[in-house]
Formats: sequence, structure tokens, C-alpha cells
Amino acid sequence: MKTIKSLFGVSLVAVMFACAPEKPVDKEEKDLNKSAVEAITDPTKGIGAVKNVTLNTPLEQDRVKRGLAIYEMKCLSCHKLDETRIVGPGWKDVTKNRKPEWIMNMITNVDVMLEQDPEAQKLLELCLMRMPNQNMSIGDARDVLEFMRQNDGEK
Amino acid sequence: MKTKIHRLLTLLVIFTSAVVWQSCKPKAPASVAMGDAASKAFVPPGKYDEFYNVVSGGFNGQMSIYGLPSGRLFRIIPVFSQFPESGWGYSEETKPMLNTSHGFVPWDDLHHIALSTTNGEHDGRWAFGNANNTPRVARVDMKTFKTVEILELPNSGGNHSSPFITENTEYVVAGTRFSVPVGDKTDVPISSFKENFKGYISFISVDPTDGKMKIAFQLKTPGVSFDLARAGKGKSHGWFFFSTYNTEQAYTLLEVNASQKDKDFIMAVNWKKAEEYIKAGKGTKSKAKYAHNVWDEHTHTGVSTIMDEVLQLDPAELKDIIYFIPCPKSPHGCDTDPTGEYIVGSGKLAALIPVFSFTKIQQAIANKEFEGEFAGIPVIKYEAALHGEVKKPGLGPLHTEFDAKGNAYTSFFVSSEIVKWNVQSLEVLDRVPTYYSIGHLSVPGGPTKKPHGKYVVAYNKITKDRYLPTGPELTQSAQLYDISGDKMQLILDFPTTGEPHYAESIPAELVMPNSVKIFKLEENKHPYAALGEGQAKVERKGNQVHVYMTAIRSHLTPDNIEGVKLGDDVYFHVTNLEQDWDVPHGFAIKGASTAEVLVMPGETQTLKWKPLTTGVFPFYCTDFCSALHQEMQGYVRVSPAGSNVPLKFSTGKIDDQSSGAGQ
Repeated sequence: MKTIKSLFGVSLVAVMFACAPEKPVDKEEKDLNKSAVEAITDPTKGIGAVKNVTLNTPLEQDRVKRGLAIYEMKCLSCHKLDETRIVGPGWKDVTKNRKPEWIMNMITNVDVMLEQDPEAQKLLELCLMRMPNQNMSIGDARDVLEFMRQNDGEK
Repeated sequence: MKTKIHRLLTLLVIFTSAVVWQSCKPKAPASVAMGDAASKAFVPPGKYDEFYNVVSGGFNGQMSIYGLPSGRLFRIIPVFSQFPESGWGYSEETKPMLNTSHGFVPWDDLHHIALSTTNGEHDGRWAFGNANNTPRVARVDMKTFKTVEILELPNSGGNHSSPFITENTEYVVAGTRFSVPVGDKTDVPISSFKENFKGYISFISVDPTDGKMKIAFQLKTPGVSFDLARAGKGKSHGWFFFSTYNTEQAYTLLEVNASQKDKDFIMAVNWKKAEEYIKAGKGTKSKAKYAHNVWDEHTHTGVSTIMDEVLQLDPAELKDIIYFIPCPKSPHGCDTDPTGEYIVGSGKLAALIPVFSFTKIQQAIANKEFEGEFAGIPVIKYEAALHGEVKKPGLGPLHTEFDAKGNAYTSFFVSSEIVKWNVQSLEVLDRVPTYYSIGHLSVPGGPTKKPHGKYVVAYNKITKDRYLPTGPELTQSAQLYDISGDKMQLILDFPTTGEPHYAESIPAELVMPNSVKIFKLEENKHPYAALGEGQAKVERKGNQVHVYMTAIRSHLTPDNIEGVKLGDDVYFHVTNLEQDWDVPHGFAIKGASTAEVLVMPGETQTLKWKPLTTGVFPFYCTDFCSALHQEMQGYVRVSPAGSNVPLKFSTGKIDDQSSGAGQ
């Protein structure tokens, strides 16, 4: 019985993964075409609306404060601030290892990223949990990025 | 809709109308699925239906949402009955929604749907439903498909003639099926019906911006039974029409004693006139106890307020508000056509359908063409109000809906058929059998000024031999007919849940774009919300333990709780931190005498649990949420009363075994 149950679980998972991206077919086809172009331009920036981010030094403290609040409400459940992975990877050094555009696209366009971006897909294979869409605007994502920079020791 | 008389008719059908019965049976299964029927009802995988079909649940007390033309069931919306699947009526937040002047009432019988209209056309904002047993009206928000308001009706003995609405949703009406003694004089002999029993009609105003309901006024009417109603529209906007039966004023064996007269009445109400009287201060305030329950989308909580007063008008004293129109015989449906000129009375024991003319009713009132009075109310002469009669339409007419081409569709319970006829000429155009004993029927937009037409759905009362049998009780049966051509064509049988009575359908494009996907965490004002895992905690207040819990794919925080003691009431306030569409989390704990709670993204819902023994109790997420859903679980330790185990909680913390408190 247990085996049957877990088999059922596994097949459900398979169905979920197989089905989820297929829902918005038209939109995705569009995104596919768009992403092909983007992939040529700069694959390390990820896929999404964020093309170029200007980072300022010193850090914008208002953004850091808002980014922390968003982190506590929407991200902390799965991401620690050190290097340990719980549900998702720890955030330490994320701003050193990823382009700011990639980070913001991952936050704001996660479903497309998980389907099409090779780096995002590697993370999915590692964590086996699709990062949820937390309904964040590009402004929110920029605030979170600033908080990540502070977490990585920038001033 | 299902009255005792219906049950009698059911028996008649079964035992004595074998001829009719046989003639209604399909000749062979092949004769049903004809030609292109299947393709007309087929919605290919991945495609949407054309209409939302909002269906009353009858004795399940809920509403259900189907798609047309596929007949697929999408959702059951809990309204008047507890719904363990979502925790409706079990969670601390939803319990106040089922509060009444009789205390907590966990069930009701929802018969009719009214979709809100602006200028007589569907606007896709709200769906209203009536509670037939403990009289109430509910409002469902079509953005969230959630019951957001329930208003109880005082001085009512069964809210059947409800929740029909005026052209701009100014009012929802609620007419009592049972007349009852009211006020200070309620402990009276049943045999004093004529002296002491009164019928009341409530006009519930609806706030045009937020939909909030309020009993604007009640009309004190003679002691009869109100059955169904429709508002005037267009030229007859400002009037409302109610069918009545038991004008015999019987109080026992109504199936015989309320069927004596050849004619009962359609009651015409000039509600604009009633409004004038209210404005002129002619209303009298009357003591009445009733509950008004409102859902708050930001605290995700219902609040119940007990009201103590209603404003009433007495039409026997204030003339010009109501008039009676004789109508044969025990009229059930009372339906106004899209132009507002014609009022169709369906006498369920009559062999014809009278169609009244609004223009002629107005002339008759102006010329005082009355045949007398009933309990102080003028009775208009039948012929003076009549446009004409549909002759020999069928047996047992119940309800009429309309298309946009001047046609009417009437359901016939006894002869099990839908009859299409022309409203102007009164000529019968077509008839199709239904399987079997149709009650209500529904054309998309059928009760509005602008019917969408295309289909009619039959809601049948008897199902036998249409589906695989499931013991003595069979599924309820709906049937979909294409009415786009001259001839009606049956294209689909589909089973329905509960016991549907009336239903409405609305084009998907009026509802779909507004459908809410998530509740924003930033707007969550629930007093026990944990808006982020850092806010998760456990607090003790006397013998109450409040767990501020968060849920996200796929863990609950906290997931280890100790220090709960026997005698405690534990409140799990679960906040779903997801902000993505279609990712609810559920919560259940072993031994809980309530149900699960299903928590929508961004929402907080509370499950109360009173442990009855000591031990370690598992809890878990009940809604399959991710690959690691089966890992979304935790434990609560319950110790004896007076134990010194300290209150503590954690997630992801691995304790040294020897450090366990109380070891």
C-alpha cells in the first residue's frame, strides 16, 4: 500500500512538472522566440523583462530596508542568508556568482526561467522544488537585490 | 422549488401517469445522441467553456459552478452549509458567517440564484442565493467565488420567493413561503391562521459600490404563501411581481386545502411607491432580531452582528403599493420577458399559461377595473390584465425563461418537456422531452433584458435510467439543449451535485478577467497572521495556545511544538506565504473534531483544536503542493495539565535527545 501511495505521489509529481508549463501555451511560444534572441545576446542575464541593471555605490539604504522586509515576508522561509541550502540555496555570495539581471529575472519571471534558463534548471535539479512565483514587481526585485548586495558585504 | 405539491405530482407521475411516462422515454439510446450533438457540447482539452453556469445546490446549501456547453463541474462554493473540504463553517474565521438569531446554523437549502445586473444586463459582480429553511440571503463575490455576506430575514417562515433582483440590483427581494405569526403575538393556536398569520416581503437594498446588503423595508402582506418572483424591467422597472398560492389560507393538508380555488394571485408591487412612502416617513419601526454576517477580505474573517429593528410598510393602509391579479392555479413561476411588458404566470395545476400585460395592468389600475378586495388589497379583473393565454401548452407549467428573439421556454413538470412559444402570438413553436420531470430551466441571460440565448438547461427532478445506478439515490440530472435553431436539440446529459433548483449562466468574458488569483500578503490584516516565517511563534494566553504558523512549499513553521497541556484550546492560525495562483495549503491535526482548513495564497485561517489525551500529535498539509508535499508535516506534544514542560517551538532545529524537556 505504501509503495502504491508513493508511486502515486511520484506520478503526480511527474504530471505536475509535465503539465505546469503547458498551460499558457500562446504566451510561452512568444517567450520562446523572444528568449532565443536573448540567449544570443547574453545568456548569463537570464530571461525576462530585466535587461540592464545599474548598481550604485554606496548602497541605496532605502532599497536595502525594503528588500529586507520583502525577504522576511516572502523569501526567508526557503533561503538562508549564509551558504546553507534549506529548500532553496543560501544567499551568501549570490551577487558575486550571478549577474544582477539574472537574479531579478529569476525573481520576477520564475516560471519561464525554470523552463528555459540552463542555470535555473540546474538549481531545480538540485533542490527539486520549483521556486514559487511570489508575485513581486521589478521594483521589489531590485530592492531584494540591494539587500543581497549588503548581505554579501557591500557597503 | 420542490414543494409538497411537487412531491404529490411526483407520485402522480410514478403511479398514475404511466402513459405520459412511457411517452417521455427515449425510444432508444441512439435517438438521443443525434447527429452533431456531441461536437456541440464538446470543449476540447485546453479550451475554455463559453459560459459560467452558476447553479443552486438545493439541499446541499451551496452553489456550484459548471461550464457550458461542456457541463463540467469546476467548483462548489460553500454558502449556507458547513464544508469540511475547505473548513467553511469550521474555521474560526468562517463560523460567524453561519450565525443566525437561532445561533449557529450549519445547513440550509439554497434554491435560487440571481446574478447581479446593471441596466437589466449581467454585470458579473455578484451571485445571490436564498436560504429556504432558516430565512437568509447570501452574496457571493464573483471575483473570489467566495460567500462574502449573509443576511437573515426576520418575520419570514421560509425564504423561497427570493433572491430575485431589480434591474440595477437596487434590491434583492425575499418573500416568505410560510406565513407566520409575528411580533409580540407568536404563541398562538395554529388554527388562528387567518387572524394572526402574516406574510412578509423584504426589500433588501444592495450598495452599488461594495454590494453590502441591508433590509430597506418590509411589506406586511396577507397570510398567503409566496412562491417565486421577478422584477419588472424596462417599462415595468419600478414594479415587482410575486406568485402566491394558498390564498385559501389553509394551515393543514395544503396539497388538498391550498388547491381549492381556481385562481390564486400574482401580486404586483410598486416598489418605487413604497420607496416614496419610506421617504415620507410612513414606515414604522418594528422590533426584530436577525443576524447580518459580513466577510472582510483583509482580515480574512467574518463578523456577525445581531440587528434589532426593521422598517415596515402596511399596504392595506398605504394604498397604491400592491395589487393582486388572479392567476390560475397555484402559480409557481412568475417571469417577466426581456421587454418588461409581459408577465408569465405558470399555474402548476393549470392547463394553460396566462400572460399578463404590464400596460394593461397599469390601465386597469387607472380605471379601477377591480373585481373586489382580498384582505384589504384591490384585486384587478383577470381579463383586464391579460395579454392572452397559451392554450394546451402541456401539463404542470413551472418556469419560463426567454431568448432574445421574442420566444419563451416553459418547463412542464408533469408532462416532462420544454415548450417553446412566442410571447407575442402565444403560439406553441416546438416541444422537446426532458428526462424526467423538469423543474427549473435556464437560458443564459434568460431573466435579463438581454438574453444571451444559445442554450437552455433543464434541471430534472427524476433521473432514473439515465446514469449508472448508484443504489436508491441517483445523481441529479441536467440536460443541455441547443436553442440556436428553430428546433430545440438535446446535446448533453450531465450529472449535477446537490439538488439543483434554479441556475443562471453568464458569458465567461464577463467574469474570467476579474477572477482573483491570490490575496496579497501586504494586505493581510488578520490579527494572528504571520507575514513571514520570522513572525511564526507560539503564545500562551491562559489556557489558550495561539500558534502563528506559516505554510510554504513545503514546510510548516513551527513544525515542532511542545508545552501544550490538557485543558488547553489550541488555535492554529495558518498563513499561506505563497503568492502564486492555485497554490493553497491545507492544515489538519489528528483527532480534531472540526475539519481541515484550506488556506489560499496570502490568506490566514484558523483551526481550533482541543486535545483530549496526552501524547504527540501529528499535523500535516492536506493539499498536494509539491514534490515534497508528503514531507510537509509536524508534531505537537501534549502534556498533562500542571506539567512543567515549557512552551517551545521550532522548525529545522535538531535537539540533542537528552535535552528534551520533561525527560
